[in-house]
Amino acid sequence: MQTLTKRLDYLFRSTRGLTLVAIAVVSIITAIYGTLSGPMVEWGVRDITVNILGMKLLEAEREGRIIMLYHTIAMTILAIEIYFMTEILPMKSHEQVTINATMTSGYLMAVIFGLLFAYWGHNFTYHGLFLVGQSLVFFAGILFMAALWPWKKEYRLEKDSPYAHTKGGIDLERMAFFIMALAAIISASFGAVTGSFWGNGHETFLGEDLIRVPHKTYLQKAIIGHLHIMLTLVAVGITLIVGRWMKFKGILQKIAMPLMVIGVIGTTTGALSVVWLEWAHTIIYVGSTFIMLAALMYVIYTWDLLIKEGTAGIEKPTFLQKVGALLKDPLKFGPGWQMVFMNFTVSGVGIFMAVKLDEIFRVWPHREERITLTGHWHILAALIATIILMYYADLSGLKGKVRKWFGWLLIIMSDIAFASATIFSMKRLFVDEINQQGAVNTLMLLMDLGLGIILVTLAIFLLWRLYDLFQEKGYWFKEFAAEKRLNAEAELIEQKRKMEELNAILKETSE
Amino acid sequence: MKQTLFILTLIALTVAACVPAPSVGAITPPYVDTGIDPESWALIPAGEFPYGQHDHMTNVDYDYEMMVTDVTNEQYASFLNAALADGTVSKGEVDVEAGEQVWQEVGIYGYYPGDSFDGYKHEEEIKAGDKLFLPTQAEGVRLTETNGIFSSIPEYANHPVTMVTWFGANAYCEYYGWHLPTEIEWEKAARGTEMVNGYGFPFPWGGHIERNNANYYSSSDLFEKMFGKLGNTTPVGLYNGKTYDGYETLDSASPFGLYDMAGNVWQWMGDDYPDQHYRMLRGGSFYSYAVDLRVWKNNSAGPQYYSPQVGFRCAR
Repeated sequence: MQTLTKRLDYLFRSTRGLTLVAIAVVSIITAIYGTLSGPMVEWGVRDITVNILGMKLLEAEREGRIIMLYHTIAMTILAIEIYFMTEILPMKSHEQVTINATMTSGYLMAVIFGLLFAYWGHNFTYHGLFLVGQSLVFFAGILFMAALWPWKKEYRLEKDSPYAHTKGGIDLERMAFFIMALAAIISASFGAVTGSFWGNGHETFLGEDLIRVPHKTYLQKAIIGHLHIMLTLVAVGITLIVGRWMKFKGILQKIAMPLMVIGVIGTTTGALSVVWLEWAHTIIYVGSTFIMLAALMYVIYTWDLLIKEGTAGIEKPTFLQKVGALLKDPLKFGPGWQMVFMNFTVSGVGIFMAVKLDEIFRVWPHREERITLTGHWHILAALIATIILMYYADLSGLKGKVRKWFGWLLIIMSDIAFASATIFSMKRLFVDEINQQGAVNTLMLLMDLGLGIILVTLAIFLLWRLYDLFQEKGYWFKEFAAEKRLNAEAELIEQKRKMEELNAILKETSE
Repeated sequence: MKQTLFILTLIALTVAACVPAPSVGAITPPYVDTGIDPESWALIPAGEFPYGQHDHMTNVDYDYEMMVTDVTNEQYASFLNAALADGTVSKGEVDVEAGEQVWQEVGIYGYYPGDSFDGYKHEEEIKAGDKLFLPTQAEGVRLTETNGIFSSIPEYANHPVTMVTWFGANAYCEYYGWHLPTEIEWEKAARGTEMVNGYGFPFPWGGHIERNNANYYSSSDLFEKMFGKLGNTTPVGLYNGKTYDGYETLDSASPFGLYDMAGNVWQWMGDDYPDQHYRMLRGGSFYSYAVDLRVWKNNSAGPQYYSPQVGFRCAR
């Protein structure tokens, strides 16, 4: 019994354990639901999954199912980011515990009951519990904001701090996390308000199906704004997290953080004002430029850091030695690289589409424009996932060859898959419609190969973690012990601070 | 060594996939007689039917007929010959406008009176003037011209005509006094009026799709061995329950007896919606995944668009 309790303690009361559970949840969802589309349908795997699991899939409900699926994955990813953030950002121990507990119960309820509702018949008790789960996630967000509150005295920085801060000492990185969370809460409300009209004047739709509809309803526009900004905010979240991981500081960080704060405010305002503003896109372009500039600062800082650290013992490093140093650790090089790569497969595509919309994309059939749109946001979501995995692999203590193989497979295979998907979505620019079979064969194979190898790598990683859980004193034990020690040390510091504060009050009142 | 092997395997797989695949225009499939008459029409009586994905009961208060199959290459060739002879259409170079682009193409063209234009954001202006109906020199056209007379490539005679613009499809129907179906007319003809467990039919034949119900992406149809998974058009009415050279089909007619209302080729619709002027396409094609064959799914393109996966049928 104690054996089980210890494992459960690790899995549900430590950052690494909670993250491991959440990654396992996303992986299981991906493994099961990935069999319902694409080549798995061609190979007949879909029918096997549906029969074995007894799923009830009605054709008219497909879009609704997909929306529920997106939400369950999104809740889990939000949970992972929250776990990371509550660990790396200074906050009180009880705040971390409360936020994580609320988040965990929320996302698990949303996942379990959301998927039951969507794929196993419309029992509205499940739908209600799915909403309870999402509400808990929302509430965790509120608690997180309260814990972050950047104006608190104890979180102010010294004047000579190398981290971005205001004249009054307000930590601008903390402010960026706070604003990101606030934007997510507001955006979630937009989704919730529209969702509350579901079956009551509002019908399920996929955003990409409406791109050519000239007159969309307010509710439709609200959903379109909501889905775009939520994904952007998740991307902002992981950018800030890896910045913290790499100890992003100095002049570049001091430039980046105000940019990030302004960018998040601008992009969120733009995305949500799509509902009533004709020129909302202009606000989005300005806001996202600020965010991308902040990310660029991060990339310059970390790559410079990796080169300096990797060539520390060399007096005058050559170009190749610098490149070698940069590429030495794929897990630390990867997040920055994926952000750069994102410019070719996500932002670049988006900008190209916006500039050439009437000239090229609106001349193509809707289906083709739709593929490009869905392609580029799926790629953004997947790039975020790879960065999360890199960070988690580092937290898991991957070392040596395993670290290199894991990191490089993640980078190379994802980039092959996403580059192929981007070219696939734009194949009309290069190949006539009538001669596309060859291009389709090659690109589909590369996509499947890249994604397949990533999933196999992830599966091996998770199986190793599962095997480790059966060990008496495996990695899990060491991780848990290290985390408990860190928490205890942090708590001691907090208690000391509190004691000093109370003593000061006593002294003040006794005089 | 292991790394080298891994990289070599990757390269080998990629190279294997890069072997040139046959284009839809490069090979000719054998002629297959389906026994379905492309000249036949089906009556769709007035009344309500579940419209769209959310099954809104919609009334069509008139009887109408719709072609049982898509218009075939042979039928379109006959139209061209008749219309060229009486001067309704012309042959030669014509300007094609799409978005901000204008280019010239050689083909069959004719006059179109244009659409009303409100200057709405992204609205494309369709001006009055000569419009391309069919680009005769484009790869993928299954019509040939000998001494000024058009005929179908024999093996493709009973395949749906493709590479026809909306203008060309509209002109065909109007020439005979018919019209392109509206989306409502088309969907009613495709799914019928029946509701099962509170839902209208998602496919013309019922609730589920099998590979031998229709010609769609990777459906392993009669010609996919020749053309690869993207496939090619199949003869109209192929999916009627018959077996062709060992390939067994399911009878996939709609409740009103129409064939190919899902898969084979997208079909041009007659509606012109204000503030956009895209023309809708329905039914999915040999290039579509099964989900796009659901009766309410639509696609759209400018009326100047032509494609090896787009055809049409008429209503009256």
